[in-house]
Amino acid sequence: MIEIDRITRLYDGKPAVDAVSMTVETATITAIVGTSGSGKTTLLRMINRLVEPSSGEVRINGEPTTGLEKHVLRRRIGYAIQGHGLFPHHTVARNIGAVPRLLGWPAEKIRARVDELLDLFSMPPAEFRDRFPAELSGGQQQRVGVARALASRPDLLLMDEPFGALDPIIRTRAQEDLRRIQRALGSTILIVTHDMEEAIQLGDRVAVMDAGRLVQHGTPAEIITRPATAFVAEMVGGVERPLRLLSLFPVSDLIQEGPAEGAAVPDRTSLRDALSTCLWTGRDALPVERDGQRIGRVTLDAIRSRAECHA
Amino acid sequence: MRRGILLRLALVALLLALVLRPAWFAPIFAPFAPEGGPVIYDRASLLSLSLSHLGLVALASAAATLVAVTLAILVTRPAGAAFRPLSRTITNMGQTFPPVAVLALAVPALGFGAGPTLVALFLYGLLPIFENAVTALSNLPPATMEAARGIGLNRRQRLLQVELPLALPVILTGIRLSVVIALGTATIGSTVAARTLGEVIIAGLLTNNTAYVLHGGLIVGLFAVLIYDALVRLEAGLSRRMGLAKAA
Repeated sequence: MIEIDRITRLYDGKPAVDAVSMTVETATITAIVGTSGSGKTTLLRMINRLVEPSSGEVRINGEPTTGLEKHVLRRRIGYAIQGHGLFPHHTVARNIGAVPRLLGWPAEKIRARVDELLDLFSMPPAEFRDRFPAELSGGQQQRVGVARALASRPDLLLMDEPFGALDPIIRTRAQEDLRRIQRALGSTILIVTHDMEEAIQLGDRVAVMDAGRLVQHGTPAEIITRPATAFVAEMVGGVERPLRLLSLFPVSDLIQEGPAEGAAVPDRTSLRDALSTCLWTGRDALPVERDGQRIGRVTLDAIRSRAECHA
Repeated sequence: MRRGILLRLALVALLLALVLRPAWFAPIFAPFAPEGGPVIYDRASLLSLSLSHLGLVALASAAATLVAVTLAILVTRPAGAAFRPLSRTITNMGQTFPPVAVLALAVPALGFGAGPTLVALFLYGLLPIFENAVTALSNLPPATMEAARGIGLNRRQRLLQVELPLALPVILTGIRLSVVIALGTATIGSTVAARTLGEVIIAGLLTNNTAYVLHGGLIVGLFAVLIYDALVRLEAGLSRRMGLAKAA
């Protein structure tokens, strides 16, 4: 558990981050969203003390971060940034093994961990281990950057716009990969983004920052249905709200008995995608299947009332 | 590629012949020698002059590299930033001072011989290395530096494992310029009795013997061209091996 306790950072007497408190539960993703200049990156950088707080403290599993030397603290916290920041003169394996090597792991254990992570990110170790970053595509470089941040099984992973430099298709894949890997490893992740869509898709919790203050911290559904301020409502985007809300739930939530024609959708399809399929194929109900077995249907009416009841 | 290798081998062979078997070239240089005068310099072995020449250049360049890179590291640390203009002025002065003037000033202090030449070559070599090292160390990729800090490398580890390796090719370029300048400049060391290939050239100038001047000049020129080329290839090889340039 990460506790951020009334943390403040002043620049020239003005607060960039103003008395922000929040708690991040273990094995969850918290997305910090805000416009540029909202203080979200400063907040993130205070956690691994790349920026020193002017007041307040951060505790990781109860221990204040000030109890360790800075570089020792940082080796326990994964850090992935926009533009990946890989070491261009080191191979992929050496980049990923950077933190374990700093921690003095034996070479054999480092090699095993590197191969395990490359596998996890769908990059065959035999093919990628000895390449240099310049020989990889943008998406591959970014995956190596995240793998490096995860290498030592850190208590916490900080990510600052990690997908910012990727094109939309690769970005969607990278987000899905991150979600899958986070579930598999049970990592605790704090991710900074300016993209509310990304925050809603990735975050178990979303924290919205505005002008240095934390204006709302809650589940994606809460942020969409009950925005605390006009700013949050604007971030969530008025006309997109029902669609964003529907994107949070799978069709299995609204499953019912009854007839439906045409091709079936898997039960983990989001309601947004199901709605889109209804509209595109002109159907009022879609059959739903799980592992190839038909288990019921989802209707356009049910989807509509799910979106409406929050209006 | 193949022609390049052949050309290099030919130049090396020519250089070795000029240094080790100067008598072979007597027919070629004879037209340039004064009537009845000697064609080939024989007051000292050209091999020992060449080795002494190269030794002086190597020593001065090594010292200049050490001092210039250390200075560059210091002034690119946050604590040393204030000294940047000052050290730039000092290295610039080393460059603007004509080597002949340095020799003239150093002789009273250090006496005749290799000493004053070393001082002149050292001062003259500082600037290119320092400027390149400062440029290289202050233009490292920002995302890489941020990541190096963020994943927990301390200052020393960042310098040794990230900053210097990434700056190395550009620093090497500075060293190359400095070495080539020193190879040429070392010849004037012979005016104050340092043992260099300049001895041959100066003897030629004093006795109006163009054959000597040509012979000495050719040897120095070939050394400069071949060493320059070897260092260029070393830089390219290093950049490639460190993945800074895409492998060809």
